Amino acid sequence: MPKPVLLWTDVLIYCLLVSSVLALFSALKKEHLRLPLRQVTGCPTAMAALVVLFFYLLVGLSDSFHFRLKLDERPGQQIQYAPEVLSLLDIFVGPLRTRVETTYSAPLAIEAYTKETVEDKTGRRSRVYPRLLYGGSHLKDPNLRLSDIYGKAVKGSAFGLVVVTFLATIGVFLLSRVHKTVWRITAGRVLRGQCHAAWRTTFITAGVLIIIFFALAPLATHYHLLGTDKVGQDVLYLSLKAVRTGLVIATLTTLIMLPFAVLLGISAGYFKGRIDDLIQYLYTTLSAVPGVLLIAAAVLMLQIYMDIHADDFSSIAQRADIRLFFLCVILGSTGWIGLCRLLRGETLKITELEYVQAARALGVSQWKIITRHVLPNVTHIILISAVLDCSGLVLSEAVLSYVGVGVDPSMISWGNMINSARLEMAHEPIIWWSLLAAFMMMFGLVLSANIFADGVRDALDPHLQRG
Amino acid sequence: MTQILLSVRNLCTTFDGSKVVVRAVDDVSFDIRRGEIFCLLGESGCGKSITALSILRLLPSAGRIASGTIFFDGVDLCRLSEENMRLYRGKRIAMIFQEPMTALNPVMTIGQQIAEVRQRHFSERPVDSHRRTLALLDQVGIPDPKRRYDAYPHQMSGGMKQRVMIAMALAGEPEVLIADEPTTALDVTIQAQILDLLRAIQKARGMAVLLITHDLGVVSEVADRVAVMYAGQIVELAERQAFFQASKHPYSKKLFDSLPHRAKRGESLAVIRGGVPALSSVFIGCRFANRCDEAWEVCETATPRWLTQEGTGVRCHLYDATVSKNQVPVASTYPKKDRQEKESGAWGEGAVASPLLRVSDLAVHFPIHQGLFQSVVGHVKAVDGISFEIDVGKTLALVGESGSGKTTAGKAILRLIQPTRGLIHFQGVDIAKLHGKELRAMRKSFQIVFQDPYASLNPRMMVGEILREGLVVHRIDPGREDVRIDRLLEQVGLLADAKRRYPHEFSGGQRQRISIARALSVAPRFIVCDEPTSSLDASIQAQILNLLKQLQVQLGLSYLFITHNLSIVEYLADDVAVMYLGRIVEYGKVGEVLASPRHPYTQALLSAVPEIDPKTQREIIRLQGDIPSPISPPSGCHFHPRCPHAMPICKETYPSPTEKGTTHRVLCHLY
Repeated sequence: MPKPVLLWTDVLIYCLLVSSVLALFSALKKEHLRLPLRQVTGCPTAMAALVVLFFYLLVGLSDSFHFRLKLDERPGQQIQYAPEVLSLLDIFVGPLRTRVETTYSAPLAIEAYTKETVEDKTGRRSRVYPRLLYGGSHLKDPNLRLSDIYGKAVKGSAFGLVVVTFLATIGVFLLSRVHKTVWRITAGRVLRGQCHAAWRTTFITAGVLIIIFFALAPLATHYHLLGTDKVGQDVLYLSLKAVRTGLVIATLTTLIMLPFAVLLGISAGYFKGRIDDLIQYLYTTLSAVPGVLLIAAAVLMLQIYMDIHADDFSSIAQRADIRLFFLCVILGSTGWIGLCRLLRGETLKITELEYVQAARALGVSQWKIITRHVLPNVTHIILISAVLDCSGLVLSEAVLSYVGVGVDPSMISWGNMINSARLEMAHEPIIWWSLLAAFMMMFGLVLSANIFADGVRDALDPHLQRG
Repeated sequence: MTQILLSVRNLCTTFDGSKVVVRAVDDVSFDIRRGEIFCLLGESGCGKSITALSILRLLPSAGRIASGTIFFDGVDLCRLSEENMRLYRGKRIAMIFQEPMTALNPVMTIGQQIAEVRQRHFSERPVDSHRRTLALLDQVGIPDPKRRYDAYPHQMSGGMKQRVMIAMALAGEPEVLIADEPTTALDVTIQAQILDLLRAIQKARGMAVLLITHDLGVVSEVADRVAVMYAGQIVELAERQAFFQASKHPYSKKLFDSLPHRAKRGESLAVIRGGVPALSSVFIGCRFANRCDEAWEVCETATPRWLTQEGTGVRCHLYDATVSKNQVPVASTYPKKDRQEKESGAWGEGAVASPLLRVSDLAVHFPIHQGLFQSVVGHVKAVDGISFEIDVGKTLALVGESGSGKTTAGKAILRLIQPTRGLIHFQGVDIAKLHGKELRAMRKSFQIVFQDPYASLNPRMMVGEILREGLVVHRIDPGREDVRIDRLLEQVGLLADAKRRYPHEFSGGQRQRISIARALSVAPRFIVCDEPTSSLDASIQAQILNLLKQLQVQLGLSYLFITHNLSIVEYLADDVAVMYLGRIVEYGKVGEVLASPRHPYTQALLSAVPEIDPKTQREIIRLQGDIPSPISPPSGCHFHPRCPHAMPICKETYPSPTEKGTTHRVLCHLY
């Protein structure tokens, strides 16, 4: 039995997951919330984005179950555990983690990226591109590389197609059970895109993703799909591991930031007068302090704390994790100013509107006015700015890593990848794959989050509701 | 003089949506002669403004001129290239817009903005255009043009801005001036000034004017000829005289009937059922048929022809000799709501008179903060000591120009704004002294209906939720709210399925009904109506006024009716209070005040109302200038700088009330 390790951020992720599932179920019970939800499922772009997000979530979640493996038992000894903290993801992608080259290699390469001096049996020295330890090591003849790659990709996609067909059949079968119709009719409806929910788009997006997965999987295990970095680690592995860091920074920080921004912004706009003065004073002061300085101070303080209480943080992973968590807290408690200001302005406008006055005339309590009349009319601002902030946060993590106060250097994150790419870009010949990988992964996450948030916002707007 | 300058023939303008094509203007033809004022009259959504924008080829991107020709001085504007069209826009055809507040660039001085037009069209030297601009400002009646040249738009009042807009339009020395509702956003007294100005300039320059309006009064004041638009078509075209003496089309007749007037007191107004049909629908037969009392079968099936006779025209089967009229009007198959209302008519004066609300010496002062420590440097005296009484089942009208503090007074009585001083006795309780829970519990007795039907309903709540809110707060009929909501909707003339719809699915008039239902939900005794009809079309206004009157009789409600429309006052109110700069200057029964106004301000207000009956000759008192700022009101009587009867004493002391009869009170040194 491996020994589970509970990290701070893990706990928070579980809480977030459970509470969002509960919230979704309670929303399904209320009619005025069910309608927008139905509309989200009917919006093809939002559903496609949701599928992509789901893949990210899957990676991030499987990377959030941590444990330490048992070491080989020796008789008469206490059970020993490996010092390394692993996650489910590490197990899933197994070979990616362990197949470490000596240094840089290009994507899908079988030889190193730079020449090295090699001494052969006769003692003659020559400068050649040495073969990689793992990348394409199954190939005897280097000339077969391309055909092998194509062969594996085609075989993989064919297999993927079979899997997709199988899954789609199961999907349609389940749908027909839910709709209580013959599966033929359901299949026809899905194919023609006549369902209320955008099942066609969902199936196609998921299908494409699954086929890509199966096409790339054999390549990833036999080669380094996205190359390797300076110390020979597989870049694909790094980008997958970085998903969790990105998700944690984006969601936890937003979660910490939102209560500040919403509560303070709306109360400033609603109550006006002294309360408004106070809140404005607070955020003006806070925004006058350079953010990086504040974060650097907090992180250094944490560092000292950890050094003093070294016993509480037994493993590297725990130290890195607490630093990530603290970073989220500090980013969250300084990042609410922009949204707060926006909400204050919008609330000022809304409280002057006549429906708020009418509610006051009816004797509705302040709290109810805020939650029923003001909050629903500013949700679009909250949604959009929260999602846009997410991408900004992932980026600011990169910037902070550059300054040296970001996530722990041992933690794999897009920020650290981009940060190391700084030197790689200056390398001759240029090493582009780390940056590209980080960029593609971030791009996919931010874009799909944006599109999905757009769909949700449209669904919440009664003006755009269809029948 | 009769030479045709602008000739629009068979103009069709469409908006291509993703699913439907909206025919905003459908086969419209008219001519404008040199030197005449041609009025385009109609309700909102009839295609008036789109017609004007089509002439200037300034349509929004979704719109296009589908067919038709627009000949201006022999040139077809539809065929001009965009570059050549720009030589016409602003130069030979100029336009002024409805909203003077947003039509001027806030970061340029008004002088620069006018001079820009001169330089664009006449390639003048800056010195010359400066001189011409000063002349223009003088011509549109802006005092002290030299100083005003360097003023920014925010430094001027609405009326002044509209004058600047006119000056700007005149700068290109146009032959046709298109004015799109130029006075709708202005007070009556300012409206009278602007209309005077337009007419004077038009006479002096021999310009043609295309005036777009929804106000019959404006038409009767200035028009030479009138075209009535309905659902994208012109339904009647006539000389003003003929139009006002005997309009032909049933729609025009209905428009006249639906205006509130003194003579119609005690009976309900004729209403036009329903609303303007959506222009995206495909019309068979007459577009007005489903709202018309005189419609018969032909109207449902055949499209009426455009019947012309000596420059006038009408689009109605009634005047078509080729259509047989020996048919029973199908109108009888429609629910004759208005007729029934008339029969049950005769709104009684039955309610027993006892004061429900007594306001004495109510004042609302807003402090002006300045400086680092936000110290109070002065007060805006929005309401400055007003007193009145409202009896059970009666209506008090509060009238005055915008900026006179009417709305502030209304909100202060409901404690939506904290009054600075004064007593508000409601059923014997002073609500000015109530706080917290007591006040909230009391709130169910007095409610408010707002002016803007678009801002007064929360767009994210369904109508049922909106109506439920008050019921839940005051625990009215717990558990049986739905029954009560259904009854409320029925009371205001809406269907029960409105509950599950969002406000944006309703028209302006229907939204106003929902607002009224919300106010009624808590069974109040007293309702403040803050200009509830001023943003509605005439026919819808009549529906709402009827509803309010009917509810008053049924439920014994008292109203404080805030309005600037004196014809509504004549029709609806029992007592009138005329407000000027936060104070009531004249107070009394409707009959007394409106029949023999004593205060010069009341007299001026009354005379500024455009009269739709051209036979009544009245002496028009034109008020000069605008209402002063309540931050620094004039010394003595606030009205003296604009008063035609001002005496030396008026500058020194504020007049004390003079009683004229038992109920009539006036504050003026003349008495």
